[in-house]
Amino acid sequence: MIQIWLWGGPSHIDTFDPKPAAGRDFCGPLDKPIPTNVDGVEIGQLLPLLAQRADKYSIIRSMTHGVNGHETASYITQTGHTPGGKRLVHPAVGAVVSLLRGVDRGYKGEIPPYVVMTKALGRFSESGFLGLKYKPFVTGGDPNQKAFAVEGIVQQGVTRERQEARRKLLHELDALGRAMPHDLRFEALDRAEEKAYEMILGDAGKVFDLSREPDEMRDRYGRSKFGQSCLTARRLVEAGVPYVAINYEGWDTHKRHFEAMARMLPDMDRGMSALLADLAERGLLDTTVVWWGGEFGRTPRVQWGEPWNGGRGHHGACFTHVVAGGGFKGGRVVGRSDETGEAVAERPVHPRELIGSIYELLGIDPVGPLPNPLGLDLPVLPAAAEGAPGASRRLGEILG
Amino acid sequence: MTRSPFAALLLLALAGGAAEDPFDGDGAFVPRNAVDRAVLAELRKRRIDPAPPCSDAVFVRRVFLDATGTLPRPEEVTAFLWDRRPDKRARLIDALLEREEFADYAALRWCDALRVKAEFPINLWPNAVQAYHRWVRDAVRTNMPYDRMARELLTASGSNFRAPAVNFWRACAGRDPAALAQAVALTMMGVRIESLSAERQAGLAALFSRVAYKGTAEWKEEIVLLDPAATGPLDAVLPDGKKVTIGADTDPRAVFADWLIRRDNPWFEAAVVNRVWAWLMGRGIVHEPDDFRPGNPPGNPALLALLGQELARSGYDLRHVYRLILNSATYQQSPVPRSDDPRAEALFAHYVVRRLDAEVLFDAICAITGTSESYESMIPEPFTFLPEEERAIELADGSISSPFLEMFGRPTRDTGLWSERSNAITGPQRLHLLNSSDIQGRIQRGPKLAAVARGARDGQGAITAVYLLVLSRPPTPPEIEAIRRYAREAKVNPRQTLDDLVWALINTKEFLYAH
Repeated sequence: MIQIWLWGGPSHIDTFDPKPAAGRDFCGPLDKPIPTNVDGVEIGQLLPLLAQRADKYSIIRSMTHGVNGHETASYITQTGHTPGGKRLVHPAVGAVVSLLRGVDRGYKGEIPPYVVMTKALGRFSESGFLGLKYKPFVTGGDPNQKAFAVEGIVQQGVTRERQEARRKLLHELDALGRAMPHDLRFEALDRAEEKAYEMILGDAGKVFDLSREPDEMRDRYGRSKFGQSCLTARRLVEAGVPYVAINYEGWDTHKRHFEAMARMLPDMDRGMSALLADLAERGLLDTTVVWWGGEFGRTPRVQWGEPWNGGRGHHGACFTHVVAGGGFKGGRVVGRSDETGEAVAERPVHPRELIGSIYELLGIDPVGPLPNPLGLDLPVLPAAAEGAPGASRRLGEILG
Repeated sequence: MTRSPFAALLLLALAGGAAEDPFDGDGAFVPRNAVDRAVLAELRKRRIDPAPPCSDAVFVRRVFLDATGTLPRPEEVTAFLWDRRPDKRARLIDALLEREEFADYAALRWCDALRVKAEFPINLWPNAVQAYHRWVRDAVRTNMPYDRMARELLTASGSNFRAPAVNFWRACAGRDPAALAQAVALTMMGVRIESLSAERQAGLAALFSRVAYKGTAEWKEEIVLLDPAATGPLDAVLPDGKKVTIGADTDPRAVFADWLIRRDNPWFEAAVVNRVWAWLMGRGIVHEPDDFRPGNPPGNPALLALLGQELARSGYDLRHVYRLILNSATYQQSPVPRSDDPRAEALFAHYVVRRLDAEVLFDAICAITGTSESYESMIPEPFTFLPEEERAIELADGSISSPFLEMFGRPTRDTGLWSERSNAITGPQRLHLLNSSDIQGRIQRGPKLAAVARGARDGQGAITAVYLLVLSRPPTPPEIEAIRRYAREAKVNPRQTLDDLVWALINTKEFLYAH
């Protein structure tokens, strides 16, 4: 599973839910949407490559949770749970998958089961009450540099010979370890060291070595941090990593929004379209869910005045997410927003419904239990009995 | 780096101070205070042998870490090792409890339990976090009697900026009476609300049903008050089952505080002394320390009772309890167990080794290398940038973090549960310490080690300086030999040898674990 998280909340009407009839107060300069390779579906004019792949993905234009704060909206959108009065913070989808599809299913890969490129979300604890063990492995570094310096895995400037020599020195100086040879904590540390060196000196880390890809492939994804992150995500999925998230920065465009879109959307268009096409060509798209979206959309009405100078604010009432692969049908549109994109007009979809659908495709029981430090009876997603919107609904129209 | 440590070390070496086994001290376990008598009585009952005392070098490092969350500086280590006064350990303990770092570190632990965090899900907001953290830190620094501290938290009313203790009522998972009762039980009694009967849960919640909140014209200011619309008497049930009826003119929270803060209340003192014990000893007498319930009895009931009595008798002086524990032979045991009984750890038959807290570990790496971290808060805009010299143990706000702190299990402060802090080792942590450009860069570029390389007279001087800096002890002769061999045989230059030595020591169990 690959999650493309648009950090800060991407504008829905400039991407997958254009509203050309709403006029300049809403569209600004982006008022000429383009047709796609699916009849009757148009998307934003800065996404020509994705327009050629619309048969691969489905667009949900009626996402809603009504929250405009980054933290709470991120929590709802990534966990399916609503905060307030709850004892515990729930884990994000990646941590749940890491537990139920990774560790519990005997995932034995050397790469951790939940990888985030390149920075952590920082809005809430991704692993929630599941704790440290299910936190994502955060790569750091930049895949668009000459070498992708994945923290802890790819070290430049220390030769293999020196790695091996200084490891031996470390063992010689391990006085406390020798004094306490039977300590269980120390045994765990020694095991972690063994595994770490398998990665440092072995082949597993080569999944991050993008120089093993042909130049044309790297160009196809775009020579940018996002493009090369998408390429790395494909390599990780190919290597069997259950959950890869790309935290794509820069979408909180309160000011000079349209300049930002002109700069960023072509980058997104290239990287994401290449990812979908490449996954499909390799036969991986059928088994890999790709999930695109942020914590909310952006206000369709443009703030032209100072200090925004053509900005868009937070908009949780109506926004768009996109899903592809892994059992999701392509070429469909779910729900509809109103004529300005400010409100849901048809078929409201709460993040919980989308996440529940993803879980079902991944073979995770949405009402199954999650272990927690208080021993409470906590299901993966809240049960319908709690009166939570979207609790028992699924996106039947795009589930294969 | 001054030259004095080298001179002192030379003398130490002449005096035979650099022992082969750096961990055990001389002699056997000898009880020194009431704590030891209670611990030993329990151990004898179960035929478990306690460990001997730890060495001075282990003690100085350990007590600095446990009391102040800070590594001793090399000159502090050598001064202590060279001190020949018989009461030097007690003197060091007294001195450490007066240090600013003691207040920093204790405030950090308190703020974990009190969920001091600006953002999701607690949402205290930045100004209130700063005010609340300062209030907690001042309470520690001035050694506010704990009965007063608890009462002030429980009965505070007013503005979150101007009466910082009111943030106790804001740092909860919700604002309904049940959520407040849950937070009070966990924080003040070490009790998880589920362990009380439904009737007592509801009865406790009723006591907090008049807590109300209102905003002001100032951004993010909030007043905590008693609901002015409340009329008539309130029926509630105290956690011991006693039913109370409270008139409209009485603050029901004060009724709870009066009930809680009382000599014969079994929960109040036990919860706090057990917490302090767990902070210093690595695990609670009741463990986890916020899980008091009939099915989870204390490992040593007499010890817990003794600490509670000592707290009350001292006028709720928490520093007295710190002093009692730190001066005990129990605390000063070697980390190396003498018993393989599986209960030895829970009954404190040796010092319980524990991986350094995320914040402490990070600060230690910074201190060794002379580097720092730029912490920032993204809320509210414009961003707040903390000064470079700000240490991780000084961070007020659980929402201000770094990838390192997250990776090493800093608590999220979402719930205040003890288990939120994880000192477990994980794969990514191991990779980071062994092979990250972060750690390697700090070692290679940090100014501290360049100064060591310049300042040492010879290879042995540099090795000694690095050992004092990282492990707070002089190296043993075999260790010096191993490092010299490395310098000869590995294809590295002198500076790389020094870097690799620091790298190796940072990755030893001796560094990563308090021991």
